[in-house]
Amino acid sequence: MSEAASLASPERDRSRTRKRRFAKKLIAPLILYPLLILTALICLGPFLWLLSTALKTGDNVYAFPPQFIPNPITFDNFIDVFNIMPLWHYIWNTVYMTVLGVGLNLLLCTITAYPLARISFPGRSFIFYAIVSTMILPNAAGMIVNFIIINKFGLYNSMLGVVLPSAISVFNIFLLRQAFITIPNDMEHSARVDGAGEFRIFLIIMLPMIRPAVATVLIFDFMAFWNSLIWPVIVFDDQSKYPLGPALQYLNGTLAYNFPYIAAGTIISILPIVIIFLFLQKQFINGMVGAVKG
Amino acid sequence: MAASKERKRRYRFAYMMLTPGVILLIVFTFYPVIYGLPLAFTNYSAVDTTDWVGFKNFDKAFHDPDFWISLKNSLLYVIVVPVIQILSILMAVLVNNKLRFVQFFRVAYFIPVVTSMVAAAIAWKWVFEEQGILNYFLETLGVIDEPISFMAEPKLALYGVMCVTIWKGLGYYMMIYLAGLQSIPSELQEAARIDGAGWLQVIWRITIPLLMPFVLLCSLMSVMGAIRVFDEIFVMHGPKGDPVSSTLVTSVYTYKLAFQDFNFGYSAAVGLVVSLLIMVLTILLFRYTRKGGLTYYE
Repeated sequence: MSEAASLASPERDRSRTRKRRFAKKLIAPLILYPLLILTALICLGPFLWLLSTALKTGDNVYAFPPQFIPNPITFDNFIDVFNIMPLWHYIWNTVYMTVLGVGLNLLLCTITAYPLARISFPGRSFIFYAIVSTMILPNAAGMIVNFIIINKFGLYNSMLGVVLPSAISVFNIFLLRQAFITIPNDMEHSARVDGAGEFRIFLIIMLPMIRPAVATVLIFDFMAFWNSLIWPVIVFDDQSKYPLGPALQYLNGTLAYNFPYIAAGTIISILPIVIIFLFLQKQFINGMVGAVKG
Repeated sequence: MAASKERKRRYRFAYMMLTPGVILLIVFTFYPVIYGLPLAFTNYSAVDTTDWVGFKNFDKAFHDPDFWISLKNSLLYVIVVPVIQILSILMAVLVNNKLRFVQFFRVAYFIPVVTSMVAAAIAWKWVFEEQGILNYFLETLGVIDEPISFMAEPKLALYGVMCVTIWKGLGYYMMIYLAGLQSIPSELQEAARIDGAGWLQVIWRITIPLLMPFVLLCSLMSVMGAIRVFDEIFVMHGPKGDPVSSTLVTSVYTYKLAFQDFNFGYSAAVGLVVSLLIMVLTILLFRYTRKGGLTYYE
């Protein structure tokens, strides 16, 4: 950094550089760590405050000035909330919806993307561009028309009605096709020489080659289904069929007088996704950031 | 002969693989795009018979105060974009330092991104309570004398929701900007320093210009998100955009028209007007960014 300048008076400059380096090493953390912690408090504060509320006994919830760390700490809200609302039911609905949605997406998007990437059949570019064009076309009344279709199919108030319209995603097809294209041809050829069938080549040889892209699709869809709100509200007539998001939104209106239960339920609803994120942070962050950078 | 038979077999395989996905796409993606258009010219609703009404729905929207309010609020909502971008760039600079535990902080800042908007909105509603923690802080710091009702005051309600949108987006954009900062070769900055540039000059002349493509990409995504904002308003202020329509945005209004009033035709018309506006806005944005930034970098 100061090599050029140090040619003039090496002695003095070296000591100054050393001093500056020392100061930088000591002072930078003193400024940066408080900033990092303050930002963390802003980013996690609302959830920590919700957690604190969920761990409080009745009177302390509305105490003013607020009690930051609950005293006494009680886990009763987390236990009672399962009796107050059919929380297990909502959790099961959410798991069912997420597994069905993510599973269908993985199956349908890979089998749609694969021929578009690897087989040059007649009409390939027409089908591909038709699919991609829907990413640009305005879909103003999409929800309304999907609702009408779901009703016509007799899927109103059913889980299939919730999952089917988003069982395949153009974005996923695009992403997976790009990944399939990059696989070198030799792999496919040698498998074909060995006499493997088309579907076998797809499943055993090609699909494992695009694991990172599959992981990205998995994470995106898992988040989208687990966190979905409005479409389940539209399709389900019956509140007992709600997944966690719509259920909490609904109960937040009707159970508002007893907020610690809502707080506990909300904390429980975000725990699975936060835990999975903490385990797979690299895949989450690379997948979500990498997907937009292309 | 054998080769062509083989090829035919491969084609058949391709069509078989494509069929289920393409059928679903036709039903739930193509058909709505096409059918949504004529729907806007009908009075399709849950009860009455459906008739062609021409431009009546558009005329109605033109004279509908709630439509104008929602449009105004949706456009106003775009002010979250510069706030998110500036804050998340600062955060990216902060976590780009080589410090112990910095990875821990990066992960912590990303947590709001992966959690559901319902959970975030419920948590923030609790923070915004009149007897809540935010009012307590503001009173303790002496910023205010009386507690503010962030939720019930029509002048403030929309800005309260904006805080939630901004807060939930920060971690995501921070990660993109972090990738951007790390893609700038450090030799460039060092070379500039050797040539006698101060740190402010390095930031202004090297870091910011090289970060520009990322800023444009993030701003574009952020504008699209802001115009489509739905969940946080729906959870915090309901389908009517309470109090007194002060948080009504276009996506919530079309939802309310369709699924609360069952006025499908009118809702489709409002949706059509909005998406035409968004299209124009997108084209303008693209043209502006082409002229403004990307070309001089590429």
